[in-house]
Amino acid sequence: MALDIVRAESVGHAAALVAGKDGARFLGGGTFLVRAVTAGHGTIRTVVLNDGLGLEGIDAGETVTIGSAATMTDVARTPGLDFLAPVARSIGGPAVRNMATVGGNLFAWSPYGDFAVALLALGATVSRVTPDGETVVDLGAFLAGGPAGVVRSVQFARPAEGAFRYLKVTRKHPHGASVLAIAALLPVVDGRFAGVRVAYGAMARRPIRTGAVEAALEGRAPGPEAVAAAVAVAAEGTAPEDDPQASAWYRREVLPVHLGRLLSGEAR
Amino acid sequence: MAKLPLIFTVNGVEQAEFVESDALLVDVLRDKLGLTGTRIGCNQGTCGACTVLLDGAPALSCLTLAARANGASVTTIEGLAEGGTLHALQRAFADGFATQCGFCTSGMLVAARALLDADPDPDREAVVDAISGNICRCTGYEPIINAILSAAAEIRGAKTA
Repeated sequence: MALDIVRAESVGHAAALVAGKDGARFLGGGTFLVRAVTAGHGTIRTVVLNDGLGLEGIDAGETVTIGSAATMTDVARTPGLDFLAPVARSIGGPAVRNMATVGGNLFAWSPYGDFAVALLALGATVSRVTPDGETVVDLGAFLAGGPAGVVRSVQFARPAEGAFRYLKVTRKHPHGASVLAIAALLPVVDGRFAGVRVAYGAMARRPIRTGAVEAALEGRAPGPEAVAAAVAVAAEGTAPEDDPQASAWYRREVLPVHLGRLLSGEAR
Repeated sequence: MAKLPLIFTVNGVEQAEFVESDALLVDVLRDKLGLTGTRIGCNQGTCGACTVLLDGAPALSCLTLAARANGASVTTIEGLAEGGTLHALQRAFADGFATQCGFCTSGMLVAARALLDADPDPDREAVVDAISGNICRCTGYEPIINAILSAAAEIRGAKTA
């Protein structure tokens, strides 16, 4: 199979190349795309490299900005991103983490894409470049489809200390593909949850927010009653798949248990 | 198919090849350069048998387009021994029965080398993490973990002796 490898001169140039050629893809770390090429997905005929475009930068300020070419290793090593380091370290072994990019993770499908789950809970937006220009879109809308373009970066407001939680369940330890992943932003204002966001991985084809759990928690005081209310609706709106990690049935069965543990702060 | 020039350093020696545009690094290492110590297991980034060091960091050569290695420095399992003397990790694997069928051993050793380069005194948890992308179906991992810890101690001892 012929595969054109193209180096772009700028992000805009990359977007034009991807949009202008049938079967063109923008290559991040390659942990999904090269795998697809090797597997013989003949629809991929051109690969535009992300090398040399300056997309690796990370700004760990009050607004956190992560370039799409930043790797999981980059995230895990960045001072000030301690709350995200466990997410980055939960993905693959060191070799995968050295390759897999934040931008690429936005295109992963179940049982992968754990970093996107965290970003969804954090309320991230995506800066994407198309031939029409650069736009900033909500990550949820981005994951729902539409023209992906070339992702320049993701950004989100730094969460309050201790407000972000993440849990990943795997069969292979210490790292493996997800049976499920849960990320939660749980701000507390005046003793009650306010602005709750909870996202699941491997509970649908792509990462999803769980509106039922968010509604159950919002406005409640943290504690056993809030946990019970959330656990009661844990599986609402989910559509997990069967795969070698777990069956859809199993995922639905264990989801409430793990959500309860995450919300109550229990160790696994 | 168009061929691309690839100039890179492998185990300290500069190499120049023309490669197919969709060639994978592992195929160039094995088929062009004859460095067959790097294994192809799953060919989809799951087993870690193809692990090499790319500019000093572990990478999966089965998921790396060869074109991306242009200008890079690659270390394979053949680059661990120096002057015919096995690396301390290799000796520890042999002495500690950390290899059975041997298919995963190259990737394990390269992953372990990266760990010890970065952290000469790793604890057991760090060792487990370092080889967490490498699958072994024979040993149950314990002899491998013990061998890496043993090699780390030997290297530290040699440096302080």
